[in-house]
Amino acid sequence: MSSNRLPIRGGELLDRSTNLSFTWNGRAYSGHEGDTIASALAAAGVEIFSRGMKYHRRRGILTANHWDPNLSVQVGDEPNVRAGSRRLVDGMQVSAQNVWPSLRWDLGAVNRLVGRYLSAGFYYKTFMRPQFLWHNLYQRVLRKFAPGGRVHWKTGTHGEYDKRYAHPDVLVAGGGPAGMAAALSAAEAGASVMLVEQEPELGGHLRWGGPDDLAVLADLNRAVHSTPGIEVLCDSIVTGRYDHNWVAVVQRNHEIAPERLIKARVGSLIVAPGLVERPYVFAGNDLPGVMLAGAVRRLINLWAVKPGNRAVVLSANSEGDAAVADLESAGVEVVAVLDARAGEDVVGARGRGRVTSVQTGDGRTLKADLLVTATGWTAPTSLLNMAGDRPVYDRIAARYFPQSLPDNVLVTGGIAGDGSTTELTAHGRETGSLAAQRALRLRHDRLTQTPRSATPDSALPAAIADNRIPLRRSPHPECYRSTTHGLVDYSEDVSSKDLIQATGEGFDSIELMKRYTTVTMGPGQGKLETVNAAAVLAEARAVEMADIGTTVWRPPFSPVSLGALAGRIFEPVRRSALQNWHETNGATNLLAGQWVRPDHYGDPMTEASNVRENVGIIDVTPLGKLDLRGPDVANLLDLVYVNRWQKLEVGRVRYGAMVAEDGVVSDDGVTGRLADSHYLMTTTSSGAAAVWEMLEDWLQTYRPDWEVHVTPVTGGLTSINVAGPRSRELLERLVENVDLSAGAFPYFSVRTGTVSGVQDCIIWRIGFTGELSYELHVPSGHALHVWESLLSNGSDLGVAPFGIEAQRILRLEKGHYIVGQDTDGLSKASTAGLGGLVKLDKADTIGLPELRAAFERTDLPVLVGLQPDDPMIVPDEACQIVEAGSNEILGRVTSSRMSPTLGRSVCLAQVDPSLASAGTAVTVQLVDGRRITATVQEHHAHVDPEGARQRV
Amino acid sequence: MIVVPCPNCGPRNSSDLRNAGELVSRPDPDTASLTEWRSYLYLRENPAGWVTETWYCRTGCRRYFTIERNTATNEIRDSENS
Repeated sequence: MSSNRLPIRGGELLDRSTNLSFTWNGRAYSGHEGDTIASALAAAGVEIFSRGMKYHRRRGILTANHWDPNLSVQVGDEPNVRAGSRRLVDGMQVSAQNVWPSLRWDLGAVNRLVGRYLSAGFYYKTFMRPQFLWHNLYQRVLRKFAPGGRVHWKTGTHGEYDKRYAHPDVLVAGGGPAGMAAALSAAEAGASVMLVEQEPELGGHLRWGGPDDLAVLADLNRAVHSTPGIEVLCDSIVTGRYDHNWVAVVQRNHEIAPERLIKARVGSLIVAPGLVERPYVFAGNDLPGVMLAGAVRRLINLWAVKPGNRAVVLSANSEGDAAVADLESAGVEVVAVLDARAGEDVVGARGRGRVTSVQTGDGRTLKADLLVTATGWTAPTSLLNMAGDRPVYDRIAARYFPQSLPDNVLVTGGIAGDGSTTELTAHGRETGSLAAQRALRLRHDRLTQTPRSATPDSALPAAIADNRIPLRRSPHPECYRSTTHGLVDYSEDVSSKDLIQATGEGFDSIELMKRYTTVTMGPGQGKLETVNAAAVLAEARAVEMADIGTTVWRPPFSPVSLGALAGRIFEPVRRSALQNWHETNGATNLLAGQWVRPDHYGDPMTEASNVRENVGIIDVTPLGKLDLRGPDVANLLDLVYVNRWQKLEVGRVRYGAMVAEDGVVSDDGVTGRLADSHYLMTTTSSGAAAVWEMLEDWLQTYRPDWEVHVTPVTGGLTSINVAGPRSRELLERLVENVDLSAGAFPYFSVRTGTVSGVQDCIIWRIGFTGELSYELHVPSGHALHVWESLLSNGSDLGVAPFGIEAQRILRLEKGHYIVGQDTDGLSKASTAGLGGLVKLDKADTIGLPELRAAFERTDLPVLVGLQPDDPMIVPDEACQIVEAGSNEILGRVTSSRMSPTLGRSVCLAQVDPSLASAGTAVTVQLVDGRRITATVQEHHAHVDPEGARQRV
Repeated sequence: MIVVPCPNCGPRNSSDLRNAGELVSRPDPDTASLTEWRSYLYLRENPAGWVTETWYCRTGCRRYFTIERNTATNEIRDSENS
């Protein structure tokens, strides 16, 4: 193992007193604290890190930072780790991706031999036909060749991802000199600042600069860390900017989570990402040993790695010139410096596995193992695109510049123009100050929009003008492609030849070319590739770069792990006051919407039978409950229910069904009149919130003149249904001051009384189960006492709790439909069998014209009771009812259970009206494909259709 | 996610509220023809520009209010109907 580690460098990030061990493809290596995975391997002499996606050519370091397309590796069970920026950790197990059987001997490299068949649009052209091969062959083969690492989803070691909401006045995307200066002046102006940098430390290009740069950086670092109001997030990336400055930041390596998604509402966003160095397109530009000037400067100055022994440098700018100096100081022999500003050029790099020679534009062949290019910069304008900007190409500076930005998005640093470190930080300071003023003005405006806040005094003007002195634009030669062809997109293996071919095939707009060739569609999302692709297209079409435009950059700016996006879920779970009792008494839980509730306590069939024979109690707290008060409640009920409510007497309850304005059944429940202008409405458990919102809508926007107060009391009242032939006997032992006798407290009545010493319990006599039953609405603080009293006072009556499953069996035996299960998004009131309930002669009710229209139709499905002829077969819910002998669908089973009372299966079903009359035989197709016959019943109810049991 | 100004609670994330849609006027249900009713149910202007719409402050004060929003830019201004 050769060592390329240099003696100590002035600005190096390494802590040489440390020694970190790790493995690379199973072999042991070591590095220092401060190394990236790539720098530690490069220091140990590793030259090949990956293989190209299509042709599987060997790939080495290109940019030596976050954007390096050749440095995606697998670390343990984490795929697609960017070895160019990920810091080395002791014990890391690192391996190459997309190679088989090994990085050195990769079988995929045979693709090179058929390379001419793998050109632009290869996938579209080859895998189109025949279609059946797509599933059986193409997909499987292509999966093998897909790039990227492996997700070991079963290991469960990825930890808990997290989310955070933040509201900084100013967010600075980019922690280089301009960004740091902007953060400083914004904080000094009184703004709260979040400074986000994708690398593990602040400083941008100052980090690999000379002693002067390092001195400026040290000052800036000191100031940033000592100025109050700046939150620094390194190793974090701003991945998106959305409307009203909603900004997404992915924070890595937080102490409590591997990644955290920060959702920030930002007053002013300062975009200061610097510039991304562009590769040069020529033959052999993907050979290991071809590096960008920034890469060699970083390797030498940050990590003390000698990138080669004999270097040729192609330089079009000061970064290239600085690279020459750095190479020489690192003991690399600089064989030749080709000055692109003077028209000198490189036309090719040759070698097997590593550069061995370089061909120059003037025909020379130079022996070298390192070719360094410095051919210009790409402005990463993604966040500006997301803010609606379409950056414009400047041919003098050979890069894109922002065109027009909203007031709350500002740019500084290299993306805004060129300058010395002093000029860049000065511009940064002015930008930070402007951003802070605008953000503070916005903060002031938002606070005054809240009536309950005291109006803060503000001397700030409403519109704050931009008086910044713009940065200049330095001339730069347009260096994109040499006279030879080479790779434009390293991640996707797309060459300039492919792009020219695509143009010839008619894909000559940048957006079409991108989708056809997949150029810029890799993990880097065009940071390195977009401008070269546009340049090749301009060349092929013989037009100016400015006429080409660029592809629109969309979020995310950099790939985001799914874990970070999913984060933690903060969905609350609602529990009734009795839920602890249920859980300590053997309940099996069921998640129903937001609620957790008992499905059963062991045997739902026995629970159901006990309700038919003795008495059972069930916790039905999730039932929506709305307390309605005011003189106009009856008007409201007349509007929202399909039936009439004006004549409901005090002490009576009534069933009501609701439809939406389109006539579709939306909810149902029982509402009782407790006093003159006091009602209690119940809704379905799942519809509680929606019904409340709906009532508020009608009251606030349609009839604001009505005097009604709506108060949700779903959780405040614990609801217990006491059901069964012995329920009256049980309640008589516990209820005071209410006469429970059939004459004094008839079916569909409500009383308020004391139950087991608990006052103000609402008791209504209704029967979802079809038995004599009472529903108690008990103040939740005393609910457990009432529940336990019911059980302890009724043991001789056979009282037992029952769960949701038993209730479902009982209600189906009784033929009570459930909105949303036995009805659907098309079910009109007539389908649900509500024909007799609907009053069409009201002047106003929700959905009235649709209700009237529906009753004139004879083609709507009908809800019927249904019994399979084989009583032991229970068809699954949603089984289709079909025409015998064909596949025509004529309905479906909406509910089905085995009935313990009847000892046979019972169903509700929606059927075509031609099948709705009692005695009709229908065919049901079971899930396994078998077909059975079933008979339509006269009633929905299978048990006690006359209702004798509940009226005793 | 846009910011919607509730008259009571001030500016809040739109996820705290519910967009109840473009403001439409409800025909008299007793006299409206089915055609009129269905245009009230289903037909909206949906312009790329200013629209008057209703929002419900579902996690705050529970108020329904109207604002004007530019659907092309998400600029928001007060509505005369609020």
